[in-house]
Amino acid sequence: MTDTTKTPTPENTAPATTAPRGPLPLPTAAARALLLAGGLATLASTFLAWTWTSEFPGDLTVYGYPGGLQWLTFTAGLLTTLFTLASYQVRGLRWLLPAGNNTPLLLTAVGAFGVTWFTILAIAIELGGLVNLEPGGWIAAVASLLPLLGALALPPATATSGTGSTGGTKETIKAYVAKPEHIPAAQPLNGWAQRLIITAVTALGLAVFTYGIDTEYGELFIGYLIVVVFAVWALHTAGLLDRFSRLVAANRGFTLAMGFAAAIAFPFTQTDDHYANIGVNILIFGTVALGLNIVVGLAGLLDLGYVAFLGVGAYTAALVSGSEFSKFSGVQFPFWAAALTGMAASLVFGVLIGAPTLRLRGDYLAIVTLGFGEIFRIAVNNMDGQSGPDVTNGPNGIPSIPDLKLFGFNFGNPHDLGGFTLGRFANYYLLMVLIMAIVVLVYTRAADSRIGRSWIAIREDETAATAMGINGFRVKLIAFALGASLAGLAGTVSAHVTYSVVPTPYQFAGSTPPNSAFLLAAVVLGGMGTVAGPLLGAALLYLLPEKLDFLQDKSLLAFGIALILLMRFRPEGIIANRRRQLEFHETGQLDIPDTPTLTGEPAVTTKAGA
Amino acid sequence: MTTMTTPVLQASGVTMRFGGLTAVRSVDFTVNTGEIVGLIGPNGAGKTTFFNCLTGLYVPTEGTVTYKGTVLPPKPHLVTKAGIARTFQNIRLFANMTVLENVLVGRHTRTKEGLWSALLRGPGFRKAEKASEERAMELLDFVGLAAKRDHLARNLPYGEQRKLEIARALASEPGLLLLDEPTAGMNPQETRATEELVFAIRDKGIAVLVIEHDMRFIFNLCDRVAVLVQGEKLVEGTSDVVQADERVVAAYLGEPFEGDPGTAETADVAAAETGAAPQSSTTSTKGEAQ
Repeated sequence: MTDTTKTPTPENTAPATTAPRGPLPLPTAAARALLLAGGLATLASTFLAWTWTSEFPGDLTVYGYPGGLQWLTFTAGLLTTLFTLASYQVRGLRWLLPAGNNTPLLLTAVGAFGVTWFTILAIAIELGGLVNLEPGGWIAAVASLLPLLGALALPPATATSGTGSTGGTKETIKAYVAKPEHIPAAQPLNGWAQRLIITAVTALGLAVFTYGIDTEYGELFIGYLIVVVFAVWALHTAGLLDRFSRLVAANRGFTLAMGFAAAIAFPFTQTDDHYANIGVNILIFGTVALGLNIVVGLAGLLDLGYVAFLGVGAYTAALVSGSEFSKFSGVQFPFWAAALTGMAASLVFGVLIGAPTLRLRGDYLAIVTLGFGEIFRIAVNNMDGQSGPDVTNGPNGIPSIPDLKLFGFNFGNPHDLGGFTLGRFANYYLLMVLIMAIVVLVYTRAADSRIGRSWIAIREDETAATAMGINGFRVKLIAFALGASLAGLAGTVSAHVTYSVVPTPYQFAGSTPPNSAFLLAAVVLGGMGTVAGPLLGAALLYLLPEKLDFLQDKSLLAFGIALILLMRFRPEGIIANRRRQLEFHETGQLDIPDTPTLTGEPAVTTKAGA
Repeated sequence: MTTMTTPVLQASGVTMRFGGLTAVRSVDFTVNTGEIVGLIGPNGAGKTTFFNCLTGLYVPTEGTVTYKGTVLPPKPHLVTKAGIARTFQNIRLFANMTVLENVLVGRHTRTKEGLWSALLRGPGFRKAEKASEERAMELLDFVGLAAKRDHLARNLPYGEQRKLEIARALASEPGLLLLDEPTAGMNPQETRATEELVFAIRDKGIAVLVIEHDMRFIFNLCDRVAVLVQGEKLVEGTSDVVQADERVVAAYLGEPFEGDPGTAETADVAAAETGAAPQSSTTSTKGEAQ
């Protein structure tokens, strides 16, 4: 092997007698060869037919080019091959493995194996037996197994970890999927190269995200999830995500601009307005989740009735929309006025709920907000003119809300723009991107300021924060009101997107978003206290029930299990806030004082008082 | 010591009752500018309750507390705003904020940028943020933590967490600093360093009130010491006066056997005191003389 310079591979640092090995007894060279051969074979197998009939969705019957799920196998196989070549120190690919560890090889191999075998099994189960597989399918199954075997024969961690292969299975697994502690810093790039990389990654991200939204059947979406999860995990353990986040930190403004450019570009990649509809709903859901993130993530106020503010905004917009079923059917506000009215109504509602409840702490606040959230839905249900005053039309809601018009631009009609046709939902999507931009701006600016610091201080220790001169009640009320008005703003658009408002979506828990439980889950799942986290969480939580329609009423059970697993293994959420990451994964030694105390008393006395 | 005798803090007849229990009984207490005053007493004597009356956590049942002539408002955040800052007995930093952010939170009462200015980010906002940061860095320099500005507070060693808590309290530009057992759990070197720090704070013109169990620390540091026993102020005066008072000795070590104040017991007391304070031999002889 030619590597003697900067990335020590296990076999040349450890003495030959105790060369570290994986669970499978294979020489390292053979293991790598197996990885490479298997990766290439997997790539090749996607050009074969896997089944004889096109009854299985995606048409896997064609020789000569991949189709449907085969593309996903192809992608995963390509990643495995690239990482293997990088571990061979092939020129031009070394940057893929900065730390020289084997974990990315294993993870991509598992991804390729997972998606291929999932496809094979799906074919066998749906078409009724393994006879439905063409030779190509068998080849793919064997080919995707080879890299996995090869990766398991490689030593788990990098050579530096002395703790050991002698531990139990738990330690072995941990060593396999762990990210190395030290990732060598990248070579400095000039500004243009950095921007080029960010642009390329954003484009790639848009492509991956668009593919996910456009998946036409459940099998494809599951395969997509398998590949994306393992690919991202592999990139994470390779240290590439760390390097990229360093680039992002150096070019914050540019990345934000690129992110919004990608968000704007999304409807132009769509031919079917249905997917733009999914996009606009994800954006509404994500915007509300980001608003909730101010309340929960920054100020630490557990609000279980947050969806009510979305409802207030939506109902307010519906009432002043000029719908003939509205109580004020003669009134038709222009959009800016309707948006401001919706925000103001939510704000007032937020202050009304917040003023009495924010004196409570922790669990009590959660229960009371849950109660108020339900009060909103039930009140709206009853204001039908029989049980109560006639305002909201009760369970029938307010239908036939007219489309928005802004500067003569009717959101309901398709528009041609530079050769692309933007349908109704695409129009609303672009409007929501604008609103999202406002909310992101509000979130980032508020978080990094005197008021944002006092929110975090309140979350950390309310007594100490008060002793520092922070008026806890006032500051919490501001967070509550701000969160409420942002949700109200999103609600005003959502009323127009869905044509009608009815009370049912604004409940505590249901099987489809938005509801308070899903909103909170999106924030927690994505990563509290971050901007990207709740957006990612919202996208996932919206897409999963949308795409996996076979889950139906079991989707809540699936989410429950997924959330429990996530909280067990990654409590800080998918995208981790730096603070939270340190909170949940203490290294241990950082928290022991350097100078031991002589008295032998515990470092922190816990006498009551103060 | 210069003879500045303007009172910063004046507590007169402060009584705190919880139902039938009187935790603090008509305590008169004064802290003057440029003074370091100690408050000692055995466990359960009501020191922390009295402290909480000063910081607005409790509203005294009777009596008033005035700061520079104005009666203190009954809310902790208003007390801080008025100019009394405090630290906590068990360190209460914002553990997941950086060192700098902790001090910036301390600046809360001395800045007034609200939500709107944070959202609009006008020139005033930037100027205020910059000034706040400069001031916070000065304070970190003062306590010797400037190099650790971006560390999370939770990752600081124990002694530095104490220092950071003091820096955070100083950030509110107080006229009076209340330290609740600042050397609890510290080794002698760290205690010595804290002593120097408190002197340096006094030299900035900030009066300091210290609750502490470390007698050597208290008697080295304080211009005046008040002793609280069972909610009542027993003695107040210079360290010599307090150490000479046999009631104080009795409160800490128990009464001598009645009718038998023999030399054996006084010797015991003296022996016990040498462990706590160097001057204790004089104390016991004075006690004998009385």
